[in-house]
Amino acid sequence: MAERKLRILVGKPGLDGHDRGAKIIARAFRDAGFEVIYTGLHQTPEQIVSAAIQEDVDCIGLSILSGAHNTLLPRVSDLLKEKQADDIVFFAGGVIPADDIPGLKSAGIKEVFTPGTSTEDLVNWVRENVRPRA
Amino acid sequence: MSLAERVLQGEVRAAARLMRDIDDGLRSAVDELKLLYPHTGSAYVIGITGPPGAGKSTLVDQLTAAYRKQGKRVGIVAVDPTSPFTGGAILGDRIRMNRHADDDGVFIRSLATRGHLGGISRSTGDVVNVLDAMGMEVVIIETVGVGQDEIDIVRMAHTTVVVMVPGLGDDIQAIKAGILEIGDVFVVNKADRDEADRTVRDLAVMLEMNPDKDRGWRPKVLKTEASRNRGIEELVSELEAHRQYLHSSGAINHFLEEKNASLFLDILKERLFAEVYGHIHVNGRFRAVMEGMMTRRTDPYTAVEEILAERFGIGKG
Ligand SMILES: Nc1nc2c(ncn2[C@@H]2O[C@H](COP(=O)(O)OP(=O)(O)O)[C@@H](O)[C@H]2O)c(=O)[nH]1
Ligand SMILES: [Mg+2]
Repeated sequence: MAERKLRILVGKPGLDGHDRGAKIIARAFRDAGFEVIYTGLHQTPEQIVSAAIQEDVDCIGLSILSGAHNTLLPRVSDLLKEKQADDIVFFAGGVIPADDIPGLKSAGIKEVFTPGTSTEDLVNWVRENVRPRA
Repeated sequence: MSLAERVLQGEVRAAARLMRDIDDGLRSAVDELKLLYPHTGSAYVIGITGPPGAGKSTLVDQLTAAYRKQGKRVGIVAVDPTSPFTGGAILGDRIRMNRHADDDGVFIRSLATRGHLGGISRSTGDVVNVLDAMGMEVVIIETVGVGQDEIDIVRMAHTTVVVMVPGLGDDIQAIKAGILEIGDVFVVNKADRDEADRTVRDLAVMLEMNPDKDRGWRPKVLKTEASRNRGIEELVSELEAHRQYLHSSGAINHFLEEKNASLFLDILKERLFAEVYGHIHVNGRFRAVMEGMMTRRTDPYTAVEEILAERFGIGKG
């Protein structure tokens, strides 16, 4: 009877205006059988991390277009560590220059997806890299 | 230290983890809930129901802000449907409540129905208990709001708010089919729209004609514009009036008796079924009955009686 269901937070931090991409990703995850906590636009890193903890998610996926990725994403990572919640797998996607990716990864972002990644690839990546907690 | 002890100390991660264990049906969660039970019963529980898009989440957000101004700690349980095809769900109520996400005095939990009918998840009551035990003074439950049989919420919430929008029109049928009976307070949200006053009047007339759920309390119809924080103070006072009514009239006792009975009976049913089903599954009896029924040699009525007789010495007669 007991069965762990994968829970994943999808949101879009920063100031830019539309969430079409994030919504498409949220739907793909739902169709893959995950429970998606969709938080929409404009959240601060503090709000994201606090939501992730209250929702006990296994994974955070953030979509980002604003160019503020080099500050916002590492800030999320730092807060996760600060709150001892860095067991939550954290990935991001968006228009992110290739040069910035190594820096983000060393800041604790497990994977960075650039435009053109299919939702199928995303789902497969999550299946391979995220386990619902024991 | 057990999860329950950590919850009682107000530890957010422990509470979140326990809610997950409850939702996923882990046996260990039951033991934690046993420890928490003596520490529950002080939260004021509000249920918010009404059709999708009516503005429930926006109202929850504004109510939360109002209670925070009073210095009260607020727990929120927001339920959305699980897709019957994939088992997945998009839980999107937090979108309207993000400003409370990093307030220590607010704990928001999104739940998926996971196949449960009736507007909330099976886990909702236990999750409310965790919030209650960790010291949330007000707990607000937002139901799925699709069907007309959202009656579970009435058992769980001290006060049930039914949210509607202007222009009922065809929905009149839906209203007849049970919505009037469940509300302690009715809200016509989106009061900025034409027809809001008419909808308030129509609803009030229908309530007049409706036999009261509880003779001592006459539900009112209020107007709000949640997206602009209008009418929220009046709503908070009406909730408070109902809460006080429950206590001053003694209606709270009736509420608690029904709530406790249904909680106990639900657990009894579930455990009995699991007990018997587990047994006949393991000993091959279930398969044998299925085969017998296929050739019409066994009828299901006798089979159940025999199984109950074997297991408990009851069932015949
Ligand atoms: N015009 C208007 N829109 C509102 C009002 N309250 C909420 N909304 C909008 O209605 C939509 C649905 O609101 P939401 O709270 O998500 O509804 P729920 O599905 O019942 O939880 C959102 O776009 C809100 O901004 C209101 O009083 N007036
Ligand atoms: Mg909602």
